[in-house]
Amino acid sequence: MAEIVTTPNLENPDGFYADLLTSHEGLTKAESDAFNARLILLMANQIGDREVLARLLEAARR
Amino acid sequence: MGETPVTKLFEAPLYPYKRSQDQDAAAPVRHPVVIIGAGPVGLAIAIDLAQADVPVVILDDNDKVSVGSRAICFSKRSLEIFDRLGCGDEMVDKGVVWNVGKVFFGDRQVYDFNLLPEEGHKRPAFINLQQYYCELNLVERIRALQVEGKPVEIRGGSRVANLNQRDDHTLVTVETADGAYNLEADWLIACDGAGSPSRRMLDLDFVGRVFEDNFLIADVIMKADFPTERWFWFDPPFNKDQSALLHKQPDGVWRIDLQLGWDIDKEEEKKPENVIPRLKQMLGQDVEFDLEWVSIYTFQCRRMEKFRHGRVIFAGDSAHQVSPFGARGANSGFQDADNLGWKLKLVMDGKAPESLLDSYAFEREMAADENILQSSRSTDFITPKSETSRIFRDAVLDLSEHHAFARPLVNSGRLSVPCVYDGSNLNSPDVDGLPARTRPGSPASDAPLADGWLLDWLGSGFHLLGIGTDVPETLQIDGIDIAGVSIAPATAGQELKARYLGDASSAVYLIRPDQHVAARWMEYDRAAIENALAIALGKGGEA
Repeated sequence: MAEIVTTPNLENPDGFYADLLTSHEGLTKAESDAFNARLILLMANQIGDREVLARLLEAARR
Repeated sequence: MGETPVTKLFEAPLYPYKRSQDQDAAAPVRHPVVIIGAGPVGLAIAIDLAQADVPVVILDDNDKVSVGSRAICFSKRSLEIFDRLGCGDEMVDKGVVWNVGKVFFGDRQVYDFNLLPEEGHKRPAFINLQQYYCELNLVERIRALQVEGKPVEIRGGSRVANLNQRDDHTLVTVETADGAYNLEADWLIACDGAGSPSRRMLDLDFVGRVFEDNFLIADVIMKADFPTERWFWFDPPFNKDQSALLHKQPDGVWRIDLQLGWDIDKEEEKKPENVIPRLKQMLGQDVEFDLEWVSIYTFQCRRMEKFRHGRVIFAGDSAHQVSPFGARGANSGFQDADNLGWKLKLVMDGKAPESLLDSYAFEREMAADENILQSSRSTDFITPKSETSRIFRDAVLDLSEHHAFARPLVNSGRLSVPCVYDGSNLNSPDVDGLPARTRPGSPASDAPLADGWLLDWLGSGFHLLGIGTDVPETLQIDGIDIAGVSIAPATAGQELKARYLGDASSAVYLIRPDQHVAARWMEYDRAAIENALAIALGKGGEA
């Protein structure tokens, strides 16, 4: 079974969080939704592993 | 409407009603096989059986080929089946071969792709051909078989009004211009389409998912010089929030599919005064065209729970229906025909147990499930069912313009490929070390030989294929003839080696009459072949 990382793994968590919010600045709700969808798809491709993705989907549902 | 000779084709009676001797018989005449429906699937089964000298009567309420392009895309596997039925060249010579697809989103092209049909196949990945030409070629093939004295007959103007299942036959009531008569069928094959009256007469289920969408389909005769490509639009300016598809066909006819949404007035939408402005928006105001055919359909994905009901067997749309994306309707129907013909013949000849026909149901129900899954996924992409679903769909299309990774996610139809019958009880256990693509249950891949094409050599009937090792030219086991094809390593091309040997130096394949692999080994072993044949005939054997 593939393991997913749910312990702290981000370099500079505050910095990433700020970047995420900055990316959404000035966007309408519809534009933000589209941005998030593109980001999820890009991240999914970066991960690639189907089993890891399945575990992440599962973790996000909780 | 313009004057075009093609419209004549589907207006001319091809098999007009003629009084049959059966109508004057004192008692119902018994026939070995009766097929209901002279559509593409019924005609294909009739040809396959007639070629094997099985007498067949086809009943059809009409007497013409169908109107409009309908099925339009015929897959490589269908063309290979037509080759076996003796009419492959007629289809390919008339059809339009296409490889390039373009995808548009909104007002821009996001990418194009080459279907990249793998090299080393006699037939192309796809041809476009109006269904009426396909049916015409099949009817002409039947005429040619009749001239050769083969026992096949098409009765036009003969509507099946009632079916009565008896122990060892079905009593069929046929209505004609001269009134009704009865005949008896040892075996009845219902190929009477998605609305199958046979299914209704026998009170059989047809369950599944009805998609809430309507599509306008138009065959347009155009002077314009559009390229021979498949163009698919998501959310184009000329059909906001919907999709559109443009395909080239023979005779300068173009097929256009426009998604209309659910809440529409079908009769209104079909009127030329409403259709023409829509098409002008799509094709450009200056493009000259004539409408050959316009139709609106609502599609569904569903199948019968069981394709075999005793001596009544269902094939094609009467048994299963899919959304049109991927061209999985008629193409899967031909695979039904391919699967059924040889099994029925062997059962009728007493060379295989009746249970062999249950494998038809198993294998083709599995294929129907695969086709329904694929076409439902395409439909969910093309017609998002929720706001979130649309957001992701649009994100995929946006990304596809600049990022290749997103292109495999774009789903405008996953094109029909033949089902691999994994898990069928006709398969022998596989051996290690040979390529996965030719494992038991899979359709034999074509490959070029020194003198022709592999699939032409495999033809109909059981075959033993030896590559890098000799197999007997003929074998007879349990009354079944097996023809041997031996290919020396020196003459085996790269494609044949890659598809059938992999890293092995030799292989022996037992191929079914429908060209699916039944069993394979590294070396010739008669005892193993006897056992595998018993398994492929549904007699069990030692797995």
